[in-house]
Amino acid sequence: MAQINKEKINSIIATDCGSTTTKAILIEKVDGVFRLIARGEAPTTVEAPFEDVTIGVRNAVRELEELVGRKFLSGDEERGLITPRIDEKTGVDLYLSTSSAGGGLQMMVAGVVKNMTAESAERAALGAGAIVMDAIAINDGRMPHQKIQRIRQLRPDMILVSGGIDGGTISHVAEIAELIAAAEPRPRLGIGYNLPIIYAGNKDARNYVKDILGHKTDLRIVENLRPVLEREVLGPARHEIHNLFMEHVMAQAPGYNKLMKWTDAPIMPTPGAVGLIIENTAKQENMSVVGVDIGGATTDVFSVFKETFNRTVSANLGMSYSICNVLTEAGVENILRWIPFDIDPFDLRNRIRNKMIRPTTIPQTLEDLVIEQALAREALRLAFEHHKRLAVGLRGIQQVRDISQTFEQTSTGETLVDAMELGMIIGSGGVLSHAPRRIQSVLMMLDAFQPEGITRITVDSIFMAPQLGVLSTLHPEAANDVFQRDCLIRLGTAIAPVGEAKEGDPCVTVIATLPNGQVVEKSVPYGSIDTIPLAEGHADVVIRPARGFDVGAGRGHEVKAQLEGGVGGLIIDARGRQPFFLPSDTENRIRKLVEWYKALDVYPMDVLAKYVKK
Amino acid sequence: MAHAYTPGLKVTDSTIITKRRRLPILGEVLVNLGDTVRPETIVARTKIPGDPETVNVANKLGLEPEDVPDCMLKKEGDTVKKGEIIAEKKSFFGLFKSTLESPIDGTLDIISPITGQITLRGPAIPIEIDAYIPGKVIEILDREGVVIQTHAALVQGIFGVGGERQGVLRMAVDDPNEVLTADKITPDMKGCVVVGGSLVTLDAIQKADQVGVVGIVAGGLIDRDLVTFLGYDIGVAITGQEDINLTIIMTEGFGQIRMADKTFKLLKSLDGKVASINGATQIRAGVMRPEVIVALEEESEVHDTVFSGGMEVGTLIRIIREPYFGKLATIVALPPELQQIESGTKARVLVAKLETGETVTVPRANVELIEG
Repeated sequence: MAQINKEKINSIIATDCGSTTTKAILIEKVDGVFRLIARGEAPTTVEAPFEDVTIGVRNAVRELEELVGRKFLSGDEERGLITPRIDEKTGVDLYLSTSSAGGGLQMMVAGVVKNMTAESAERAALGAGAIVMDAIAINDGRMPHQKIQRIRQLRPDMILVSGGIDGGTISHVAEIAELIAAAEPRPRLGIGYNLPIIYAGNKDARNYVKDILGHKTDLRIVENLRPVLEREVLGPARHEIHNLFMEHVMAQAPGYNKLMKWTDAPIMPTPGAVGLIIENTAKQENMSVVGVDIGGATTDVFSVFKETFNRTVSANLGMSYSICNVLTEAGVENILRWIPFDIDPFDLRNRIRNKMIRPTTIPQTLEDLVIEQALAREALRLAFEHHKRLAVGLRGIQQVRDISQTFEQTSTGETLVDAMELGMIIGSGGVLSHAPRRIQSVLMMLDAFQPEGITRITVDSIFMAPQLGVLSTLHPEAANDVFQRDCLIRLGTAIAPVGEAKEGDPCVTVIATLPNGQVVEKSVPYGSIDTIPLAEGHADVVIRPARGFDVGAGRGHEVKAQLEGGVGGLIIDARGRQPFFLPSDTENRIRKLVEWYKALDVYPMDVLAKYVKK
Repeated sequence: MAHAYTPGLKVTDSTIITKRRRLPILGEVLVNLGDTVRPETIVARTKIPGDPETVNVANKLGLEPEDVPDCMLKKEGDTVKKGEIIAEKKSFFGLFKSTLESPIDGTLDIISPITGQITLRGPAIPIEIDAYIPGKVIEILDREGVVIQTHAALVQGIFGVGGERQGVLRMAVDDPNEVLTADKITPDMKGCVVVGGSLVTLDAIQKADQVGVVGIVAGGLIDRDLVTFLGYDIGVAITGQEDINLTIIMTEGFGQIRMADKTFKLLKSLDGKVASINGATQIRAGVMRPEVIVALEEESEVHDTVFSGGMEVGTLIRIIREPYFGKLATIVALPPELQQIESGTKARVLVAKLETGETVTVPRANVELIEG
């Protein structure tokens, strides 16, 4: 990683080359802290007819120039940005970039045992920012010829091969290597190049893997990612993935050779950069964090629980390109359950298809907005379910149990995601960042993730986490300044008791002492949702759950905390958890949805009433 | 971004079309710079390694994996014939022999002393790339393929399924509002690309499939009819690889939507000519839309409309989102300031007059320009 003299850094431009748009941000030191000054964007130009990513970058930076009336671009198109800064009006001190254009980083992983080494390899690849196209394992239930066929069919950017603990199986690792050699896979980009393969398995099998794959592929060998069963070492594999991403994938993508010369640090895959920011936030806030980015084609979920970082990407859950897949995977019934009016399922399907083929349109009617947000809830829910399945503890390890655990039926490999432990949710992506009312984002995330106990809800205002992530590798303080001050919008804190009762029974009482000294007390019955307004600052809060309900201290136990406000204030979500209360009959379901939307002022109720009646 | 609206799809009677025809792996280019090619001309070919087959020799002959190389009668790289003995195990001072026959014709690729397996590879599989459109070879991509250029009429659709095909264009309706139903599909349409109006019905698609029609172009299609015809749901907007015998191209969208007049008139003028069509659609940056290409016999003036100025009062548009989905209108005002629309979003809008005379306000992002 490049070293910089932080003292000399006063202005920074960072770009994120997304699959649709290239976004540039200008960050500068103002009164000793770094702040976001301006943001520009332009269509990404990776694909035909331009086939040069730097055109889009220059266009986005040119928009910054116009906004602040200064000069950042060199007159020489080959040279890119003017760095370092020449004077107040010319150039910047640092230029960085991330990229997910051209389909991002697409990988395949392989391991010996499906839910052990293959799963570790999948976590390493996802954590590095890749989309995992398939995970091949000796025991994945497919015949060898089916696996070979699959490897041939997919054209990944690279393959990560793991397998065996150090000193363990060689023959199974060899079998995986032979399968890959037999398939002779070709890389997605760069006709005539050998496919990069990273071997991160049993060190005793290295020579054999070299014999089999060395002459057919661009083989790299790194430390075993599972040297012993009890330990996962993902760092070296992730690092090599990033190296290869730069050397091979980026070098083959149109215009990237040029862009790589412009930047002061290696270009990072966008999700890898977002992951860094989420990890740093969890560390700083000392709490478990879930981050989500819902895009047009994919939904990424990041989490840090028990100091373990995980990332998953649901490649076919998105709001435009793959919106029809949300419908298919969730089912019409699950979409309709969030909509407080009747809609013909056939009409719904045609509408969703038309959104897919014309993704840049926006909901004009409230009816369309409610439908789109219902789809977002389901896309987020499914992506989170997917994440929970992969963010698990190591499987197959021996556990030391004491006498108190004798009757607990816990096994290894359980999900690390704990809704009660979750302290903060960070949402991003158009549907969350640009909802007409911020409270809509709050409710979408509450419905989709169903956090328990006390959870802060935030959104990334304009999705600059990627740029800040790559910046954090060189200048963590600047990245953090901007993330805290300009990127995160605090929407409020949710209080969600876990438990079940009859609708209308007592559930929770919250007594909040607001910053102005005013004391507000609210009792919210089971099946309802309410708020205590707290736009800014913190409130000292006493939460008294009813008997049978838990807000983090055990059933019926009071919790005292200082909670942060936001545009949604303190949201008291007494709709229950495990299970979540939503009537199954249409009439009662619509009655409850309307009641909740009214309580939080989610939609303009006079307009909504028009559709509910219809 | 300066232009937030959806640019119109290209519909033109005369344009220059350039197509890159590339092999998936390096191979041999079969045509020369300046050659004139037909759609079916093979322009490049290559061979991809044959399908591999693994055989566990250790198990079959009852050997330890490390003994397998010594029992092999063939070396890595040797050619083998189906039924030929490729491994032999001698036991009891050579009195008893067990042997292994090759299950396929091909070559011996790998002998593994670790797993005791061998990998045999079948004969190489030839891959050929045709020209797809008639035209001239204007560039040779060394060992990869060629670039072909032609002067043609072009209709881009909004969504399609099915891959590249050629056939004679046949109008099956007289009006862009007319629905293409099964009774309009006749046996003499075999091998043709059939053009309908506002909608193609499921029974028309099925009949076209039976008759041997190679393509259908229509304004709209009902979502569930497409799912029924394909036998599965399309989740992600990436198409072109479907295993179907005819390509379907929609020019307007899902549902019954009148085909734009300009598109309909152009297709009508090309009735009887050979078209190259492709349903492949990919909706993301570098959008790929389905296309109908009809090469022109003579070079004529190129009519590519460039919307440099974007929208202005008087521009003809189509509204592409509820509540006026599919309606045609003329812009009557373009207020510069952001306006709040019913959903609560603040957006740049335009005021337009519908064909019925009604004046409506819609976000600029929700309209498509119609090239007049």
